[in-house]
Amino acid sequence: MRTLINIELYKIFKRPRTYIAFAAITALIVMIQFGLKVDGKTYVDFMLNDLGSTLQIEGNILNGYLVCYVMLQLLLVHVPLLIALIAADMISGEANMGTLRVLLSKPYSRTQFMLAKFIASTIYTLLLLVWLAFLALFVSMWVFGTDDMFLMKSSYVVLLKENDVFWRYIGAFGFAALAMTTVAALGFFLSVFAENSIGPIVATMSVIIFFTILSTMNIPIFNLVKPYLFTTHMIGWKEFFDIQVTDANEAIVGSIQYPERIINSSIVLLIHIILFVAAAIVVFKKKDVLS
Amino acid sequence: MRTFIILLFTFHFSTFTSSAQDMTPLVMKVKAKLDQVNDYEADGKMKTDVAFIKAPVGKVKIYFKKPNKFRLRKDGGISLLPKGGVSVNMSSIVTTDEFVALAAGEAVVAGTKTKVVKMLPVNENSDVVLTTMYIDEANLLVRKAVTTTKENGTYEIEMTYGKFSNFGLPDKVTFSFNTKNYKLPKGLTLEFDDNEKPLTEEQKLKNKKGRVEIVYTNYIINKGIADTIFK
Amino acid sequence: MLYMEMQEIIQVKGLTKSFKNLTAVNDLSFSVREGDVYGFLGQNGAGKSTTIRMLLTLIEPTAGSIDLFGLSLNSYRTEILRQVGAVIEKPDVYKYLSAIDNLQLFARLSGLKPTHLQLMQQLEMVGLASRAKDIVKTFSQGMKQRLGIAVALIHNPKLIILDEPTNGLDPQGIADIRNLIRHLSKDLNKTILVSSHLLNEIEQIATRVLIIDKGKKLVEGSAAELFDPAQTLIELETLDNESAFNKLVQSNWKQALQPRRASTILIKLHRDHIPNLHRDLVALDIPVLSLQPRHSLEDFFLQVTSGQYANTH
Repeated sequence: MRTLINIELYKIFKRPRTYIAFAAITALIVMIQFGLKVDGKTYVDFMLNDLGSTLQIEGNILNGYLVCYVMLQLLLVHVPLLIALIAADMISGEANMGTLRVLLSKPYSRTQFMLAKFIASTIYTLLLLVWLAFLALFVSMWVFGTDDMFLMKSSYVVLLKENDVFWRYIGAFGFAALAMTTVAALGFFLSVFAENSIGPIVATMSVIIFFTILSTMNIPIFNLVKPYLFTTHMIGWKEFFDIQVTDANEAIVGSIQYPERIINSSIVLLIHIILFVAAAIVVFKKKDVLS
Repeated sequence: MRTFIILLFTFHFSTFTSSAQDMTPLVMKVKAKLDQVNDYEADGKMKTDVAFIKAPVGKVKIYFKKPNKFRLRKDGGISLLPKGGVSVNMSSIVTTDEFVALAAGEAVVAGTKTKVVKMLPVNENSDVVLTTMYIDEANLLVRKAVTTTKENGTYEIEMTYGKFSNFGLPDKVTFSFNTKNYKLPKGLTLEFDDNEKPLTEEQKLKNKKGRVEIVYTNYIINKGIADTIFK
Repeated sequence: MLYMEMQEIIQVKGLTKSFKNLTAVNDLSFSVREGDVYGFLGQNGAGKSTTIRMLLTLIEPTAGSIDLFGLSLNSYRTEILRQVGAVIEKPDVYKYLSAIDNLQLFARLSGLKPTHLQLMQQLEMVGLASRAKDIVKTFSQGMKQRLGIAVALIHNPKLIILDEPTNGLDPQGIADIRNLIRHLSKDLNKTILVSSHLLNEIEQIATRVLIIDKGKKLVEGSAAELFDPAQTLIELETLDNESAFNKLVQSNWKQALQPRRASTILIKLHRDHIPNLHRDLVALDIPVLSLQPRHSLEDFFLQVTSGQYANTH
């Protein structure tokens, strides 16, 4: 099995297309960092416009921690496409290239083959996220420095102490890894049904966009299905950046406001991953390879 | 805070009508007590209690130097201070030098009997419209002060004293002030989840008031402070 | 080894595959013996590729059984496939990898860790050693075909299944493949199942032949058994074919003569009459360069698939 996984990883990282995702993330992040470095003050002043009339806020607000948060909010909507580029190509790409029939006449079971491919695409996803974390967090910390994290949500503000932020990012990236693996699992599942990659990639993105709309629109009838959509839970990483307060409204350092939401979302995502992968294997085992 | 109190007492007092009792002597006594302190450096813990802000307690350092230099600095990190809480003090010094002190009865503040003194600015252009001080006559300490300003609304300062009461330096100071309702569009904050319920009336009212509380842990008094600290 | 030395390397019984509106393979039974070069023939859409894909577990049969090396393919798939190498239709490898990288990748998939030398030897065998490090994207179809064959053989399988192996090859390439198959069969005792449209190629190498049509078996047997001795074709080459032909036209052999060809003269006769022909050629003073019996597989194939064979057997 390890041989299979190694071979799959070898194929992924020998393929030029793989590096598009890494390059795209680099370009996006560098662009945002550049923009904020040059004109971040305007952005912050704009956000603080309302609050600044009552409170005097001092300190390095636009520090690496806040910059990383801003980037994650933007990117974790777009990174799924980059995940789909590889994951949705895993089976359909082989069929398209004509290599599927060669691979499946080798002495491995189809289940082993599918699991190896999924594990390889998960490793790719994780590496992409590590790269994202390196650029978005560590490089931002280096460029913008660090300080407390001043987070302006739509109806309240959270101030996290500097030494209370980093572990939250570890948690957030870990959760994001789970979310992105769910996207990979979906792409992987859809990949089984096609003999070219474009179809599954587009289908994966369409599903994500469609479900995201359902997740975010505040229409009562949609509220029935929202809890079951993986897109509803993919943004659970934000829960790491909300903090509990005492009765005296004093923030409790090291706490999370709704840890149960994180756990719940993690479980939902994990269930989705298992279902997608299991379904992919079941379908694939019965599939006649005509490509 | 401290600046504010001291500076109010450096004013000249003019004569006034005989219908209101002149509280100038009491005010001068309190000022004299405060005048013992030329400068101090204090450590403190600052807590911001605003309904829509979740903030942890932060360490602060406070510096004061006669007659009117005051600096509050957070020991690292981002600080949230009521706007005008410090600047009002500063602007009071700059624009006003005349107050009339009138008696306004008595009141109990945190279990202590106090004399209520109304401070009216003589100068019509002063930013301060009215200040009401609650003075503990027996100990010559200001327990509470409520100030109404033109620019920054009304705010309240309440003081609790302990082992430094001989110098008129409080153990705890609480600023209460008005805040605006806080709301940012979701498109701006990129929040697409909608887990919130609409605010109740009570919550909305809470949103309108804020407090900053500073607990002083120690004072270093009259050891000299360089002017550069206040820049 | 998990299998005993069996006479029959492939044994297929009652194999059937039905898709939605089509029965591609219908109750097909055949066997391939050890050492056979087994020609698998049929028109387009006859069911050859479907059958081969079932042998390689790419397609699930609707009914029937397949035993390879005496073991049930269903139950011993992994062990069996270790001993099988296949080229299926247009063989495709990873275009973004080099030839040698592809070969190494597929070798690893077969459980091997070949050395660089071993890989180069394999590429040498198919004439691609000089292009070992080139990306496959730059290869012609023929080169890809040859690489596909190298991939199929890298793990030294006992059974080799070739589906249209000469597709896209030039005459030299076709000859090379033919020689390679002969070498694998005669010298290395491999068993080879080869399907092809190039009947004259099959004719030259196949020891046994299976012809199917519309998914059903039409005939199976050795080449010698199948071809009608009464329909033996003799290919005659002389110093002066024109003159020889004219002489034969005026002789008893007029009826046996086949339409004129440029380089040879074809005579259809019963096998037993070949000595008579020899004698008469000498009597007619025709200088013979060569006289070869020729089995026209093409003729046979057409005969079989049009139903004529069934009528006479």
